[in-house]
Amino acid sequence: MSLVKLTASALAIAAVSATAASARDNVQVAGSSTVLPYASIVAEAFGENFDFPTPVVESGGSSAGLKRFCEGVGENTIDIANASRAIKDSEIKACAEAGVTDIIEVRIGYDGIVFASQTDGPAFTALEAADIFNALSDKVLVDGALVDNPHQQWADFNAELPAVDIIAFPPGTKHGTREVFEDKVVLAGCEETGAFEAFKAANGGDKKAAEKACIALRTDGKSVDVDGDYTETLARIDANPNGVGIFGLAFYENNTDKLKVATMGGVVPSTESIATGEYPVSRPLFFYVKKAHIGVIPGLKEYASFFVADEIAGGDGPLAAYGLVADPELAATQAAVEAEDVMGGM
Amino acid sequence: MTDATANTPAAPKEGKHAGSLFDADARTQKRNASEARFRALGLGAIGIGVAALIVLLVSILSQGLPAFQQTFITLDVYLDEAKLDKNGERDIEKIKKVSTFGYAPLIKNAMTSRNEELGIDMAALGVSDKEMSAMVSKEAAAQLRRFVIANPDRIGDTVEFEFLASGRIDGYYKGRVTLESAERDSNVSPGQLQYADALKEGGALSTHFNWGFLTMADASENRPEAAGIGVAMIGSLYMMLVVLFLALPIGVAASIYLEEFAPKNWFTDMIEVNISNLAAVPSIVFGILGLAIFINYAGLPQSAPIVGGLVLTLMTLPTIIISTRASLKSVPPSIRDAALGVGASKMQSVFHHVLPLAMPGILTGTIIGLAQALGETAPLMLIGMVAFVREFPSAPPEGFFDPASALPVQVYNWTTRADPAFVERASGAIIVLLCFLLCMNFLAIILRRRFERRW
Repeated sequence: MSLVKLTASALAIAAVSATAASARDNVQVAGSSTVLPYASIVAEAFGENFDFPTPVVESGGSSAGLKRFCEGVGENTIDIANASRAIKDSEIKACAEAGVTDIIEVRIGYDGIVFASQTDGPAFTALEAADIFNALSDKVLVDGALVDNPHQQWADFNAELPAVDIIAFPPGTKHGTREVFEDKVVLAGCEETGAFEAFKAANGGDKKAAEKACIALRTDGKSVDVDGDYTETLARIDANPNGVGIFGLAFYENNTDKLKVATMGGVVPSTESIATGEYPVSRPLFFYVKKAHIGVIPGLKEYASFFVADEIAGGDGPLAAYGLVADPELAATQAAVEAEDVMGGM
Repeated sequence: MTDATANTPAAPKEGKHAGSLFDADARTQKRNASEARFRALGLGAIGIGVAALIVLLVSILSQGLPAFQQTFITLDVYLDEAKLDKNGERDIEKIKKVSTFGYAPLIKNAMTSRNEELGIDMAALGVSDKEMSAMVSKEAAAQLRRFVIANPDRIGDTVEFEFLASGRIDGYYKGRVTLESAERDSNVSPGQLQYADALKEGGALSTHFNWGFLTMADASENRPEAAGIGVAMIGSLYMMLVVLFLALPIGVAASIYLEEFAPKNWFTDMIEVNISNLAAVPSIVFGILGLAIFINYAGLPQSAPIVGGLVLTLMTLPTIIISTRASLKSVPPSIRDAALGVGASKMQSVFHHVLPLAMPGILTGTIIGLAQALGETAPLMLIGMVAFVREFPSAPPEGFFDPASALPVQVYNWTTRADPAFVERASGAIIVLLCFLLCMNFLAIILRRRFERRW
């Protein structure tokens, strides 16, 4: 069988690679599932309005997308990586090792992260980062001492919160959303409650270890990681009257009839409150373009410029209608894309 | 005393062994009871299976059938020359410069004039201009632009169009959106729903069968109403063609050699064990293999049906080889002996006599293998077929190298989208996939019934 299969595959490869040499004429994009809806909206409009074929957009997560982006230069590699976080130094290094040196970073706007329960569920009107930390962290500060999280109900630590059992569905660790949730909510709450200092003291002043201890979530079933998409979180909330889910703003905006949103620091999340910075939990969204492919893959630069054009990414464009918070510095981004400015000022 | 008791050899003990066949003794009763229990268990098992199937079918059908219906809004659009072709040159390149954003006002004007015609007062309904435009799908502007570019001579005329209504309006007529849920929904207002009702009364809004679901490409999250499974169906078809033309000849050749010609030694035994093992390997493994060999090493394009077809071929081969060998084995040796006896060569006996007799079994196995490949998702995720693809692949053979989607992948893709309208579309795609699978299995049964020989 192995011999038969080898010859068969060899034959098939030989037969097809002869014709496969023809140049690719469509832009290929992969990466963050948070950016995917925006990228597909732009790709659709791009295909309609230009003579270039519609770009192919894949999802799979920011890290997976950037990994494929950094595989090298050439028609068999993707042209654009979408990311719901900025590229890491280690990834830039990996890129450079594979020959991908000139990378254009494009920030398309901001996305908010919201906490929501089902419409008949409890109303969270006084939620703070500290409350999330108290509810979900593995160890919390009680009377000045670090103990395993004893809290059973939200009202146990904040009388303004509803007296219902704690059950939350944060995104799994492969999500870019998780990182923002940890950095901007759990870690912030850790510092607010003073637990950070306690962790630091317990770890002999090691800041890194204290941060790590801060973002460790409890494992007693009160916090359930959701590795799937937001649709799965929504299904969990539907089944759990007291459940609190963590969603991207765009997902919430599309399902406002099923979800009751929680305020953060007294601010209701919306594209406006995130744009002004009142709502604290937001993050920038990016895509990265391989400069070496511009001029080789038809339509690549046009797609990048079209993505950040006022009529698309501006405040009245289709992306904002879907839930993207428009970038106030869009004009600078447009100029950077036009000039093909690469990262690192090279 | 009956005859039956008279025939019993030993004298029956009182009460314990009456001896009558009509009065079951304790052991017989026990055996009968255990048989009855087994029957009940079996019936229960079937009942559970049938119940699960019914629940599945009912949930899929009830969610998916609405996807085949769609709400449309009919409008008379004035193709304004001042907006579409300022110089009046009818130069197609200049007309193309007007983007879909430039077409949106034409649709808005058409809606306003339709309102005047029907006497609908927007202010009374509390529907703003923006909300009014949002009633029609965003696909409408693209539809209009395609029409103008195809028929530039119609600029200046008033043309009747049937546009898709937006997803929430469509959901209203399918029971997904109600006046109460619209209160909480930031994407639709109760006023818009009342407006839709007014349009329906005036005959401008209607719900009918939606061919677009079967013929159109996938659409972005802003316009679920325009999403269709056209590209996915073609992608699946291309992959099945690749699988059929590679797996059938390779699989049949391999099994004929193994069954009829190969010597029986440890090497062929090992091959046999490996084939059975491969049939049980999780399909994702073939995806990893495909990514490594066909994309990274051979340099084939990503998201292309050819790669999907090759991966599925590897996955289907063991199934085809096993079923082909079984049907070759079931041809009686007397047929071979007779052919050899009248002087046929080994090859002649196989190709003239054994293979034709084994053909129905081979075809059945192939079709079942194909059906299995058609529903496979996991390996396709790794080779980039889980993608947003809007361009239809061209005709084969070039089309094998163009990006495409596949039916099961499209289902997965839609279930992860935010807009609830995609849930209905995912179920609709499942119905189409099930129909294909049913047809293929039906074909397999027919082939078996028609050509099967018994000895």
